[in-house]
Amino acid sequence: MNAKGKVFKYGANVDTDVIIPARYLNTSDPKELAKHCMEDIDATFVDRVQDGDIIVAGPNFGCGSSREHAPVAIKASGISCVIAPSFARIFFRNAINMGLPIMESKEASERIGNGDEVEVDFDTGEIKDLSTGEVFTAKPFPEFIRKIIEADGLVGYIAEKAKS
Amino acid sequence: MSMTMTQKILAKHAGLDQVVPGQLIEAKLDLVLGNDVTTPPAIDVFEKTNATQVFDSAKVALVPDHFTPNKDIKSAEHCMKMRRFAKAFNIENYYEIGDPQMGVEHVVLPENGLIAPGDAIIGADSHTCTYGALGAFATGVGSTDLACAMATGQTWFRVPEAIKIVLTGSLQGHVTGKDLILYIIGMIGVDGALYQSMEFAGPGVASLSMSDRLTICNMAIEAGGKNGIFPVDEKTLAYLQKYAAERYAAERYQVFAADEDAEYARVIEIKLDDVQLQVAFPHLPENTKVLGEFERVDIDQVVIGSCTNGRLEDLRLAASIFKGHKVKKGIRCIVLPGSQRVWKEALKEGILEVFADSECVISAATCGPCLGGHMGILAKGERCVSTTNRNFVGRMGHPESEVYLAGVPVAVASAVLGYIGGPDDLNK
Ligand code: SF4
Repeated sequence: MNAKGKVFKYGANVDTDVIIPARYLNTSDPKELAKHCMEDIDATFVDRVQDGDIIVAGPNFGCGSSREHAPVAIKASGISCVIAPSFARIFFRNAINMGLPIMESKEASERIGNGDEVEVDFDTGEIKDLSTGEVFTAKPFPEFIRKIIEADGLVGYIAEKAKS
Repeated sequence: MSMTMTQKILAKHAGLDQVVPGQLIEAKLDLVLGNDVTTPPAIDVFEKTNATQVFDSAKVALVPDHFTPNKDIKSAEHCMKMRRFAKAFNIENYYEIGDPQMGVEHVVLPENGLIAPGDAIIGADSHTCTYGALGAFATGVGSTDLACAMATGQTWFRVPEAIKIVLTGSLQGHVTGKDLILYIIGMIGVDGALYQSMEFAGPGVASLSMSDRLTICNMAIEAGGKNGIFPVDEKTLAYLQKYAAERYAAERYQVFAADEDAEYARVIEIKLDDVQLQVAFPHLPENTKVLGEFERVDIDQVVIGSCTNGRLEDLRLAASIFKGHKVKKGIRCIVLPGSQRVWKEALKEGILEVFADSECVISAATCGPCLGGHMGILAKGERCVSTTNRNFVGRMGHPESEVYLAGVPVAVASAVLGYIGGPDDLNK
């Protein structure tokens, strides 16, 4: 499993309110949520983001409320992976449950620049900055987490298990 | 490699010999909990999982405690949805108000014998961490997690690091477990234990009652902790024998202890004798001050109860301080027994009569005003001293109201005085 795309870079403590402002929580439709993703921190994000792109941010990404809408909005916007040194505990759970891949790497977060082309290998945890040639390693996902992400989230994973 | 108590419980439930902090594991669960706020959305998710039944109808607990007795039509419908689900899937541990097993979820689950040492438990409620008092691993999750766990009996965890809190000596005077946990949160902050377990240890543990331990673990989340956990000792086993007699007799529990050389992210040492009466000022549990070290704060309301301090020991203590005193004219004091069982015992022991004589109002054994639901909401500018666990902005009503967190003795004394004070101020 791989992801490849252009990087959107943000700072520390990106909170759930800027990821998806509370005023848009009256819907749970991923497409609607995606229209406002990152709006309060980067108003042009939704116009520029393309399928496969990657967010690289500072520590404590996703702090704040427990809203599952935050990872849903990021994923529906086309982002294929978020890389940060650390994630807030509930965001971490929700991201995996919603099938949004996240990787923890302090070096990658510090050294990758805005707009760089980056390739991520979820099986090995290798993060390659194609623009600079630098390579970083994050912890790869164990198999069941890869399966959750492949099944588009925990619900899909369990539904598939129930079928077999 | 050596492991902490939490790590050992997680390893066991994941079928592994060894786990390390940061590792992602899939673990089997002994109990899955939901309430009337978190279960209805989980039921929608459950339907999408293709599950045709819950993994074990004896290992799911559904407690309608937040907005019951139904506050309004919306909450009545939420409860109805949960009731129908419970019936359809034969959920054994579903309770209605008035039921001898009903009450606030974190008070009733241990009382109903559903928690034992070594268990792994998740609940779609952040204070699920309460059960660590019995040497179990318990943590709060979201509605999707609840739904999937009801379907499969499993969930995934990231193995936490731990903070070791070494206790020596014993609490003095009117100081309770509540003061201890407020003191710790004041020291490390509301994110001081983020991602981590708070593992209590040391000779001081033996001096703490089970009720104190439940209060302390209840508030681990207020320091950002994933779970709080106490070692298992004679008091734990006596509690188990009383409330989970069958499991105790059949030895269906497992005692885990941290390895001597387990690694901790941080070690904190606390002499219990030095802990003083604490009050957490608005609007964070970490804003703690020592009683007597702040200017007079006049109040409008006092709440005694909740999953933090609504156990029989708490009510006994409250009654012993109230005896011979009355709630100050113009002040409201609401007592919420934590469970129907506590309510009945308090009635038998004459405790409820003491409250009535002291001019308190005695409420139903549910959450009530704790989360700003109903039955005691604050108006703009009003101040409340509460034995609950959160004093966030608007937690008990108007965004400009204020909640001061304290233990039972300070709450009772404040109700009598009309301002924040301690039992020693009553006889001045
Ligand atoms: S008593 Fe308060 S903190 Fe406890 S479960 Fe109810 S609302 Fe939550």
